[in-house]
Amino acid sequence: MEVAARVRDPELPVLTLADLGVLRDVTEEDGRVSVTITPTYSGCPALDEMGADLRRSLLAAGFAAVDVRLSLSPAWTTDWISEDGLRKLREAGIAPPSRLGPRSTGPVPLNLTPPSQRVSCPRCGSFRTSELSRFGSTACKALRRCADCAEPFEHVKEI
Amino acid sequence: MSFDNAYESLIDHEDTHWAFGTGFTEALAGVDRDVPDVDRADLAAYCLMLGDDALILSHRLAEWCSRAPELEEDVALANIALDLLGQARLLLTRAGEVEGGGRDEDALAFLRDERDLLNVHLAEIECGPFAGGDFATTMARLLVFSSWKIAQYSRLRGSADPVLAAVAAKGLKELAYHRDHAAQWVVRLGDGTDESHKRMQAGLERVWPFLDELFAPSPVETRLAGVAVDPAELRSEVDGVLDTVLSAAGLTRPADVPAARVNGRAGRDGVHTEAFGYLLAEMQHLHRSLPGAKW
Repeated sequence: MEVAARVRDPELPVLTLADLGVLRDVTEEDGRVSVTITPTYSGCPALDEMGADLRRSLLAAGFAAVDVRLSLSPAWTTDWISEDGLRKLREAGIAPPSRLGPRSTGPVPLNLTPPSQRVSCPRCGSFRTSELSRFGSTACKALRRCADCAEPFEHVKEI
Repeated sequence: MSFDNAYESLIDHEDTHWAFGTGFTEALAGVDRDVPDVDRADLAAYCLMLGDDALILSHRLAEWCSRAPELEEDVALANIALDLLGQARLLLTRAGEVEGGGRDEDALAFLRDERDLLNVHLAEIECGPFAGGDFATTMARLLVFSSWKIAQYSRLRGSADPVLAAVAAKGLKELAYHRDHAAQWVVRLGDGTDESHKRMQAGLERVWPFLDELFAPSPVETRLAGVAVDPAELRSEVDGVLDTVLSAAGLTRPADVPAARVNGRAGRDGVHTEAFGYLLAEMQHLHRSLPGAKW
């Protein structure tokens, strides 16, 4: 478990897979380790890398065999990023997602205006920030800009 | 641990870390894959219908990359295309597995001919950046497509097929922001200048004839009650969403004149529009010329 938990996310390397909340289960029997991970987004290209990194780290740690399993359900949410993970994101200059809490399984709300959520600038802490684009360098991040220190920054968007 | 640069930690890794793009594993390795007690050929066909919808629209959206009106939009459309491609990989893999003939996601995406693809016409029609299209038309299509898919996937979460239910629950979160993105553009263009309003209205007129097909049940969907969603059930929900967006945008709902079918057949029957052959030629040519190519 400890070895698997230390493996880093290929696209957000400040986070370990455990911080990100994609590591769902690790079991071991007679030196054979079975690790279950869940994708963040359906098309996340980092998923295969995560599997390969897990396999490599566990084999290097002396386990005889490694199975990496994929679990689609329940679907990943940014609420599974650990408190430690949120802090590491902020320290790396990436605004962490806010907590969403339990959501209904009812109708999907339609938003005709961009979200006016309060996101603080990871550099100066100001809340005077605005969204430049909901889509950034990876599927999980949006682009924002701070009106006080004028720095553009990335924000892991809530899902 | 803190980093001045988010990517500093990569330096400690061995070279083998840099393996992006190779050695992809099967998309469904390790997922609960029980097959419900229904006709396997029907279930495989249904997975193909859903998978092809996502695959073909993903390809159409990717055509915009480097051609969108602004850089942020290149990134946005590529991101949306990537989400849809991820959904398609899962659905095609499931189709191949249920079919039991040894075809994987690549064989299904790249080695089927036009008549074997089962996507709806809305996903395949040309809406730009090439002939007969416009960015506004692409947003009109994305709005209609994602509103319809949201209605379909919401219900599919309760499917008797555990893989379809899981793909739907996950995909729904993604479709929600695809629809928001399209809806916000439709409002911005519809409620913008005379020119943007005119082109947004023209975009709606272009895609509207393909709405009717979305709600027409195919025999496979009818036979798969409990596993598949009856598309006829989705119409009022989708109409409600579209009316809300159009009214906020000051646009007029086009007249409902469905595109002609060929002897009653359309996308779900493997009968496609003229533009589709060109799309497949581009999408499949590399894999067919160099089978199994990797880089």
